[in-house]
Amino acid sequence: MTKDADHPANPPGFDGRMIFSGPKALKLDSGEIIDPLTIAWCTWGKLNAAHSNAILICHALTGDQYVAATNPQTGKPAWWPMMVGPGRTFDTDRYFVICANVIGGCMGSSGPATINPATGEAFGLSFPVITIADMVRAQAILMDHLGIERLLCVAGGSMGGMQVLEWAASYPERVVSAIPIATAARHSAQNIAFHEVGRQAVMADPDWEKGRYAALGKQPAKGLAVARMAAHVTYLSEQALQRKFGRNLQDRAKLSFGFDADFQVESYLRHQGASFVDRFDANSYLYITRAMDYFDLAASHGGHLANAFRNTKTRFCVVSFTSDWLFPTSESRRIVHALNAAAADVSFVEFATDKGHDAFLLDEPEMFATLSRFMQSVADRAGLRDTAP
Amino acid sequence: MSNLRPELAAIAGLVAPGSRVLDVGCGDGALLEYLVREKGVTGRGMELSQAGVNACVAHGLSVVQGDADTDLSDYPSSVFDFVILSETIQATRRPKSVLTEIMRIGARGIVSLPNFGHWKVRLQLLFSGRMPVTRTLDHSWHDTPNVHLCTIADFAALCAECGVRIEKAFTLSRGRLREIRAGSRTGNLLAETAIFVLARG
Repeated sequence: MTKDADHPANPPGFDGRMIFSGPKALKLDSGEIIDPLTIAWCTWGKLNAAHSNAILICHALTGDQYVAATNPQTGKPAWWPMMVGPGRTFDTDRYFVICANVIGGCMGSSGPATINPATGEAFGLSFPVITIADMVRAQAILMDHLGIERLLCVAGGSMGGMQVLEWAASYPERVVSAIPIATAARHSAQNIAFHEVGRQAVMADPDWEKGRYAALGKQPAKGLAVARMAAHVTYLSEQALQRKFGRNLQDRAKLSFGFDADFQVESYLRHQGASFVDRFDANSYLYITRAMDYFDLAASHGGHLANAFRNTKTRFCVVSFTSDWLFPTSESRRIVHALNAAAADVSFVEFATDKGHDAFLLDEPEMFATLSRFMQSVADRAGLRDTAP
Repeated sequence: MSNLRPELAAIAGLVAPGSRVLDVGCGDGALLEYLVREKGVTGRGMELSQAGVNACVAHGLSVVQGDADTDLSDYPSSVFDFVILSETIQATRRPKSVLTEIMRIGARGIVSLPNFGHWKVRLQLLFSGRMPVTRTLDHSWHDTPNVHLCTIADFAALCAECGVRIEKAFTLSRGRLREIRAGSRTGNLLAETAIFVLARG
């Protein structure tokens, strides 16, 4: 497999949005309804005549539908180009790959930044609180619209992995295979705690204006940047931070005896925070982190995770990384344990890396190779022919 | 079957077609792949090494990365017809609990192990006064993964202690498989490798 740099951008075959209303609107776990529901999505590759080669990629907290192409709104490069594209694990010469912006998001799908026609300003905090199951229900509405009854694979990392698990639990007959990566069947207390720090940072910014910042022409940039900085540390590992930055100083020979970014790691985090606010909506950050916090697949299945997967025929390939302390291997093992208890068809691989939680987005050739072959065997068993449709 | 090493071929011959099989310590999945392909079993595997798991998944097998010493407790009781431990039990930290676990998970266990009672092993220790290194036990004492080596008689005693019945016992030497009584003294002397079919007592 070639490195990402050798690969030109892989433009989507479709990039657009659709409005679903009336009977197709979205009923939420909270009891509220999103009507009309807007879903923005991209596709790559061609759907075959049997509609049997569709793969749904679920994005993470701050991801978007531009899994394999540059986001035209933000200019941010594709977030999973090494996994999705011609000849890649999710081979767009062979499969029809779909990625939709989650509801609650800010890249075109219904979310707190959507304009409320009743007021003419963004919904803000009047947007209903959404869950991972709501995100998945919205994706199922999209699959119905696209005429896709069964997905050859649903794959994603982190929050994307939560959606993968929810898909397998809620629509087992629609999911041939599932690849939950660096994820958990419930958000841990520590992770809820980190999210709360991030939300409080946003809400403490006076420019947040109780969520009405857009109507007032403001943006809680400082609060959102701090939230991103704190979160970003959780995506890395101590070894990776040490390896990349150590105690190296930033553009100076000695300590400033002040509070400038003396250290490279500070400068790096400040950059991460500052660039994030240009591409992400602060209220979306609140809603999506909340959805992750609320996720507990066992709780919604009588307290037993295995019940979520009872009688499942889906093939699972669960993936974790050794240095991921945000979604540690123990969380993946908990999923595997439940799948075993449900006598499900499950493979599980833990990859050795020092890159922390972010490893799922990075160049991990072992992961690419293993998942490529997993997909190959899923396609073989599904009777998919090797030729492009 | 020709591409399977003799010990794995012997184990494959003991597995009923179409059964549900868990191979604990399945390595690169050679046995599991053969069983799935040739005997139509529903196969699952557990393997400690990432390289082994990768190879298995690459061959379309369903294998989880796990440790026989700690992760067998994940499995519900009586979900498999056969649980296979191929040259693995002597490398576990707690062979007794591993044996108990596989007999809880499976209706039958198939266990193979290098026999420390083999005459060459006995003679090497007797005459050289050093830890034996043989074709089947090819590690020095300080770097061997085999931390709990035993003889056929030792293993039979452990089975009795755990309430596990030895249904059948075989010896494998120079590729030749022979059925023996589990208590056979000559078997314990002549076998390089032993294979047991176990049932609950």
